[in-house]
Amino acid sequence: MDLAFFSVQLLNGLQYGLLLFLIASGLTLIFGIMGIINLAHGAMYMIGAYLVYDLNLRLGNFWLAIMVAIPIAIALGLIIERLFLDTLYKRDHLYQVLLTFGLILVLNEAQRIIWGGDVHRVPVPAPFDASIQLTDNLQYSVYRLFVMGVCLALAGVIYWVIRHTKLGIIIRAGAVNRDMVEGLGINVRTLFTLIFSVGVALTAFAGMIAAPLTSIAPGMGDNILITCFVVVVIGGIGSIKGAFWGAIIIGMATTFGAVLIPSLASMVIYLIMAAVLLVKPRGLFA
Amino acid sequence: MKTFKKTSLATLLSATAILSAGSVVANEDPVKLGLMLPYSGTYTALGEAITNGLKLAIEQEGGQLGGREVEYIELDSEADPSKAPQNMSRLVNGDKVDFVIGPVHSGVAMGMLRVAKQSGAITIIPNAGLGAATNELCMPNVFRTSFSMWQDSYPMGKVAYDQGHRKIVTITWDYAGGKEDLAGFEEAFTAEGGEIVEQILVPFPSTEFQSYLTQIASLEPDAVYTFFAGGGGVSFVKDYAAAGLKESIPLLGSGFLTEGNLTALGDAGEGVMTTLHYAETLDNDANQAFVSAYENAYGEMPDTYAVQGYDTGMMLVQGLSELDGDTSDQERLIDVLANVELESPRGPLSFSDSHHPIQNVYLREIRDGKHEVVSIAHENLEVPDEACQM
Amino acid sequence: MLHRYPKRVAIIMLILTALVAAFPLWGEAVFGTQANFMLEKLTLMLILALFAMSLDLLVGIVGLVSLGHALFFGLGAYTLALASPDFSPASMWWMLPLVMGVSASIGLFIGVLVIRTKGIFFIMTTLAFGQMLYYFISTSQFAGGTDGVFIMFRPSLAIGERTLVDLDNPYSFFYFCLGMLLIGYFFLRWLTRSYFGQVLDGIHDNEHRMQALGYATSGYKLIAFVIAGVMAAIAGMLAAMQYGFANPAQLGWHTSGEVLMMLILGGMGTIFGPILGAFAYEILLFIYEHATTHWPILMGLTIIAAVLVLPRGIAGLIIAPPWQRKRNNDDAPAAKKEQASEAVQSTTPRKEG
Repeated sequence: MDLAFFSVQLLNGLQYGLLLFLIASGLTLIFGIMGIINLAHGAMYMIGAYLVYDLNLRLGNFWLAIMVAIPIAIALGLIIERLFLDTLYKRDHLYQVLLTFGLILVLNEAQRIIWGGDVHRVPVPAPFDASIQLTDNLQYSVYRLFVMGVCLALAGVIYWVIRHTKLGIIIRAGAVNRDMVEGLGINVRTLFTLIFSVGVALTAFAGMIAAPLTSIAPGMGDNILITCFVVVVIGGIGSIKGAFWGAIIIGMATTFGAVLIPSLASMVIYLIMAAVLLVKPRGLFA
Repeated sequence: MKTFKKTSLATLLSATAILSAGSVVANEDPVKLGLMLPYSGTYTALGEAITNGLKLAIEQEGGQLGGREVEYIELDSEADPSKAPQNMSRLVNGDKVDFVIGPVHSGVAMGMLRVAKQSGAITIIPNAGLGAATNELCMPNVFRTSFSMWQDSYPMGKVAYDQGHRKIVTITWDYAGGKEDLAGFEEAFTAEGGEIVEQILVPFPSTEFQSYLTQIASLEPDAVYTFFAGGGGVSFVKDYAAAGLKESIPLLGSGFLTEGNLTALGDAGEGVMTTLHYAETLDNDANQAFVSAYENAYGEMPDTYAVQGYDTGMMLVQGLSELDGDTSDQERLIDVLANVELESPRGPLSFSDSHHPIQNVYLREIRDGKHEVVSIAHENLEVPDEACQM
Repeated sequence: MLHRYPKRVAIIMLILTALVAAFPLWGEAVFGTQANFMLEKLTLMLILALFAMSLDLLVGIVGLVSLGHALFFGLGAYTLALASPDFSPASMWWMLPLVMGVSASIGLFIGVLVIRTKGIFFIMTTLAFGQMLYYFISTSQFAGGTDGVFIMFRPSLAIGERTLVDLDNPYSFFYFCLGMLLIGYFFLRWLTRSYFGQVLDGIHDNEHRMQALGYATSGYKLIAFVIAGVMAAIAGMLAAMQYGFANPAQLGWHTSGEVLMMLILGGMGTIFGPILGAFAYEILLFIYEHATTHWPILMGLTIIAAVLVLPRGIAGLIIAPPWQRKRNNDDAPAAKKEQASEAVQSTTPRKEG
């Protein structure tokens, strides 16, 4: 493995890892604060991608499409939280698992009814529809660099909100002791609605921003869901910092595993997870 | 083996003959077609296209088969193999269909064929390309109107060599269909004297291809041969183009790489060469009539999946009209179906001793968002199903 | 568990069992030529009932929600498929112990890792282990990869040359599955009422208290995990026997989700509830699939509705019918459970404003 090859693979791993962080951040946020396990996470990622595909066709502008799609995603989160989850907080995790399992079926089928079964794409938007030369025969899409930037920026924002704002203090306190927060006169119900909507919007946003890099097809969310779970388990469920490093580890492992140990490529992330659990059952950063 | 199959079939037939003796005027009952196709999940588009094509063929005959009305029973196979045997059993033993048409997914085909073997139900496979279905698993009651992975990839081996490629990297998903496809290509390509530098297997159904593209770039082969389908096909072709590899390392593939994906591919697909048993631009009367009828009926261009459904319908139309709709003698029915010859939109189509299509395989290149036919890569290609000579 | 159910539970279950067992007598009169198909469906429901019941030991009794239980179901199917000789039937006398042995060893190995986690961590880790085996089988040449494998012969159950039960006969196979389900039921009933079961119940209510009392709770949970796994593997073996087919999708997390659904639909923690749930789920699925190819939306809404309005499942309705609920609250273990868990985590944002 020469240095150029190694560096390019490092870049690939980093880019995939950052994207994974963005996709997984909504999952870990919702869990960390609300204690809700959201199996429909992948379906929401898919909805985001389909929304931006649809709106991009209608509006003719990718950035405008994202601007319109985000409020729709927030509204979707709001409706699901108020209609379904609101009654489940007092119950066992089992009920959340099943409810969100039911949601997967409904959302996937709704996708089929609204958008059909064909594969679609979103063209890479201007001004990032260019590429740079990495090696003598390999180019790299500028849009991929842009996505890395967006993921890093969002990681920074989430970190800052949680560390340095009043909302962040409440969130951190709520994760430790919800009764205490409520006792202080903070409306936990509103807080939960807010967090869930933001979580859904983050996930859908990941689907939107990733849309030009992937193909938009039925079932695309199912494939990403399990990978997100592994990221979150490795990092420590509920920890944003954990999700970040978990995602980078998985991104790197997937990239280098594919090249170095191809026979184990499909299992490498699960092996890492098993190893982490053996040493730290609650994840690396919990 | 042959005699054993014949006798067991005969016993089965006499048993069904006794059972159906009660309902004499079978011709007045509708012909029941059980469609076991994916109507949800990843393969939805394929299931719908096959259904459309099938119905179009039968509608063109006034909605009848051999003078009998047709009843469709559509069962969503979810492309879930673990449910395949029970779904198949529902159609065969529950709904008592005359023909089962399905599936798309090879794993589902395995489960279906397990029940087809026990029940003797006539099964027509309109897609699933697993070679074993008409080879090792050999059953007189099983037909395919589609292809097998080998048939579509084998001709590309010679094409690639003739184009001057000597060192090739192959890449596909790590699953049975992909590996069978690569095997067909490799067989022909190495027989010509070419070399497979590296075979890359991507975990199924991952569409994260960046590290593999980097690997391909560093290997610097003469060309890349690939099998992906559906969303994975779109992602791979797009990523391949975005990595700037398309100019320096030509991309060859099985036709499924781009089939049904033309709009989604956009510019990234231009110039990609694939082999398949159909192209929507084929210049023959049957295809022109088919394309315009399909566009009229469904408002979109047909793809190979629609043709496979259409030919399944045409096979039934021809077979049942020869029998005047009498499906009671299963041995005769099988015999008639096996001898069907069609002027299909894909060109002349007949069936081998293993009930596998004998058909042309075309070399196609995407130009202006269409699969243009470059040449016939292999004329009337018959698959050597050695384990199945009925 | 020590809870005693009202008499009508036993009466209803007895009547249902008798009805199912007598299917060969009435099936043809009701279903006509479809009777054989219905027998096959019924057999499948019995197998799934055993699968759902095994999960109840984990979820309902110990309180460990597993989203990877299909791992064991598929393991049973694949053990049968890979250990069966190609051209002759295997003997049940060694196949059954083999399936149990393989699933117990793998259950022990995975159990040691996952038992260390709790609640949501347990859900996620079981899910991930399930997927790990799924990918392992999917990419394994020896196991037929994604296409799966055929099992050409059902194992035989014979002493010497004499066949005890002819498993190839659909009726005998049906009674064989019914027998396995009943054995599984009475075993779990005995287990949950034993000393061991009481400890498990105590762990469900409050693990810290049990630890404080000196119980090595991990050991108890591990044993329960292994037992549940072995029972699920037996169900998986039966399922593979029925159709002669094993496929990686049997190991996938969708299968795990479905069996959880059967559990909740039937009523967890009751042992008999999941049996009802498996039947109800399969009947609903059958109806929906017949009605429309958009069936997932109907099934999804049913799941959501069941979670929201019928948390104790069908069993809850039988144990404490809505019109008796006020009076009979003490009879209802599910209700008691819920009160207990409410008391433990009184974190509910019930207050407005």
